[in-house]
Amino acid sequence: MVDLLDCLWCVPALPLAGFLVLVCLRPSKAGIRAIGVGSVGLAAAVAIGIGLTFLASPPTGFCFRQSLGIWIPLKGSETCFGLYLDPPALLMMLVVTCVGFLIHLYSAEHMARERGTRRFFASMNLFVGAMLVLVLADNLLFLYLGWEGVGLCSYLLIGFWYENPANGRAARKAFVVTRVGDAALVLALILIFTQLGTLDIRQVLQRAAAQWPQGSTAAVAAAALILAGAVGKSAQLPLQTWLPDAMAGPSPVSALIHAATMVTAGVYLVARTYGLFELAPTVQFAIALVGAATLLVAASSALTQRDIKRVLAYSTISQIGYMFLALGVGACTAALFHLMTHAFFKALLFLAAGVVIQALHEEHDLYAMGGLRRRMPLVFWTFLAGAASLAALPAVTAGYFSKDAILWAVFSSNRGGFWLWAAGVVGAFLTSLYTFRMVFLAFFGPVRKEPIHRPGFRVSAPLIVLAILSLAAGWIELPGFAGGVRLLSRFLGSGVSLLPAPESPTGSHGLELAVGAVSALICLAGVAAAWWLWLARPRVVRALLDRRPTWERLRRFWLASWAFDALYDRIFVQPYLWIAERNRADWVDDFYRGVARANVSLHGALSRTQTGRVRWYALGMAAGAVLLLAMAVLL
Amino acid sequence: MEITFYLAAAVAVASTVLVITRLNAVHALLYLIVSLLAVALMFLTLGAPFAAALEIILYAGAIMVLFVFVIMMLNLGPQTVGQERAWLQPRMWAGPAALAAVLAAEFVWVFASGAASLGLGQAAVPPKQVGLTLYGPYLLGVEMASYLLLAGLVGAFHLGRRARRPDSTGGQNP
Amino acid sequence: MTTASVPLAHALMLAGILFALGLAGVLVRRNILFILLCLEIMLNAAGLAFVAAGSYWGKPDGQVMFFFILAMTAAEVSVGLALVLQFHHHFRTLDSDAASRMRG
Repeated sequence: MVDLLDCLWCVPALPLAGFLVLVCLRPSKAGIRAIGVGSVGLAAAVAIGIGLTFLASPPTGFCFRQSLGIWIPLKGSETCFGLYLDPPALLMMLVVTCVGFLIHLYSAEHMARERGTRRFFASMNLFVGAMLVLVLADNLLFLYLGWEGVGLCSYLLIGFWYENPANGRAARKAFVVTRVGDAALVLALILIFTQLGTLDIRQVLQRAAAQWPQGSTAAVAAAALILAGAVGKSAQLPLQTWLPDAMAGPSPVSALIHAATMVTAGVYLVARTYGLFELAPTVQFAIALVGAATLLVAASSALTQRDIKRVLAYSTISQIGYMFLALGVGACTAALFHLMTHAFFKALLFLAAGVVIQALHEEHDLYAMGGLRRRMPLVFWTFLAGAASLAALPAVTAGYFSKDAILWAVFSSNRGGFWLWAAGVVGAFLTSLYTFRMVFLAFFGPVRKEPIHRPGFRVSAPLIVLAILSLAAGWIELPGFAGGVRLLSRFLGSGVSLLPAPESPTGSHGLELAVGAVSALICLAGVAAAWWLWLARPRVVRALLDRRPTWERLRRFWLASWAFDALYDRIFVQPYLWIAERNRADWVDDFYRGVARANVSLHGALSRTQTGRVRWYALGMAAGAVLLLAMAVLL
Repeated sequence: MEITFYLAAAVAVASTVLVITRLNAVHALLYLIVSLLAVALMFLTLGAPFAAALEIILYAGAIMVLFVFVIMMLNLGPQTVGQERAWLQPRMWAGPAALAAVLAAEFVWVFASGAASLGLGQAAVPPKQVGLTLYGPYLLGVEMASYLLLAGLVGAFHLGRRARRPDSTGGQNP
Repeated sequence: MTTASVPLAHALMLAGILFALGLAGVLVRRNILFILLCLEIMLNAAGLAFVAAGSYWGKPDGQVMFFFILAMTAAEVSVGLALVLQFHHHFRTLDSDAASRMRG
């Protein structure tokens, strides 16, 4: 009986094989869909099998390594194509493959009428393969390979409809902004390698703990650079400007890359290398600050958006801010828990939004939608499930438990504090506010636009599965007052997982209950406010904005995402364009042009000596002879 | 006897200068003949009578006559004096004069530092000896010279022909 | 003939001067015929040098060389003058600058 764990390499290999097949061959339309969806589906099946094997009979130390060969053979510090499976990696792998499979299945129908499905599925498969490499890598260089791969696929897929130059601009913006983070990550890799002599993650953490004292510059630098890389990929402040524009891509792309997986790579990276962050408490605090600031900025921006996908994009930024906040206070388990639930409900929301958009003939504006709950009931109920989970509706949704775990960790941890918790609470209120604004505007009220078709099976099934997961997945980790189920944290913290041991709660059960209750009340308050503002008295908002110009300015400020785009344009883009304009005649080219010019002028000068006149030539010969004679005589 | 040599040298130099500065072609030719005669006299003083005879007969006698023929055919002479004057302006002399001066200086400098003390022309070399040398060691050269003359003859004959048809050689190479 | 004792150097210097004068003539005259004429001066000067050197050594080789130079001059002059005639026929002038089509 083949040990299923030995098939670990199949999990990233299958989507990559699908990519290769789609690139090299030219299957029929049905074949493209079959290969694209099938490869990820097989990978998901293998992953589930591996997961069950892992849980049933865990390997020693709860980690399983598999090396696929040496990549860079440096004496003493080889870099291998190595795979490493421990509980966090297993969790991520399951999330990526299963959610990825559901999204691929959805796109089989959603993208059926598009041209370029071969390109689409090839890029999606490559993405899933690269993401799995990122998740399963046992050394930082291999992880970086996956990191770059997902960045590339993000670019390819955002600019999928490349005939529209705006999509190309959005793709380039995404690539360039994440590049800033990637550059920082490369610097971190170089720093770690030169200081510690290895890039294997476990050895890095061991050696760092041994060699770098707490708070030393090397540790702070490495941690800060890794944080910068994570910030870029996960669209946190100050590198968050690319994600809203990345909504130019198709909805499945937004669901897979910009909600469930790629943007969570930053969170995963920080969690993986958390040992370094424990050596640099200042950077930990910075993570928490970044997370808190981001979640507030993004939530306020989401409140003002009209495009349904942009609301979801800002919501993603905000929720990842929550994950960063959790990481900052040391609650890696809570962060990964929220990552998992977020993957479910955010992918669901994007997929459902995609159905709505397509059914309304590419209509993105919330204010042009309405009353869809009567026309598309399945979409409505699944969307409602996802929205409830996002808003963290108490007790029935997974989102509540994961968000509450974060808020409780922030409140009770000695690295957290009141103000961070307060920021999280305000953010939660804003979250439920904008989420249910979206629900009420799109699905309630009068029908403004009629949907043209109903979703089929391949769209409905993923929506239903994700809806169930959004509601039920929370029950593996319940707070103390609700039963104290700790399946996830025990699983993640088991063995020699690279995560730190989850902090045991320092508060009493009563305090935990109070915090949980506050979270619940805040959520319900947000729902109620959204109902009142956008369903019951829709004109109140307009009247308020008309009467108070400061509120209108505030709305526009939030609509422009706190003017970050304008700021970056002023600081970076315009000066660069100015320099490029100055250098329009490329000073490097000047050198070559100068060489050509010198040649031409020399040619002209020499041509002028060819007068065609006999006497001139005779003069030349005579002068030469005289010169030679002189040289012979004198020298 | 050195006087003869130096006098003849002076005459040669003077008449050469006059050759290169005359505007009338015939005058220049005549001065050249004078120069050649002076050189022939120099050959005599140096003890090379055969060379002197050849100089007069061939150089002054045949080659210069060829020049005379061409001058007469092309009607150079008094008619073209004006043209020559236009072409030979004083400022044209600067470069060539300088170059020639430098060359002459070089020659003088080279030969002045040589074996100046030894004289020449101790004994004349009779024509018989020249003839024996010519048809002895230098026989091949003589034959080649005859080839050269044949080639010159044929070439001059061919090149000197007038074009039969107006368009055949008019604008192309002769 | 007699025991003349003109230094060889003087004879050679004279040859050099004559050569330089001929060169100046070649360079400065524009009329092709004059150029040929001055060319003759240069050839003659070279012959003088040979004869002087031969006389110095007392060997007939100098005169032999002079003989060859003369033969060559004769051939050259005949061909050259034929070319001058063609030149005149083609260009209607004897201006050497007229034949400058091979310009750069």
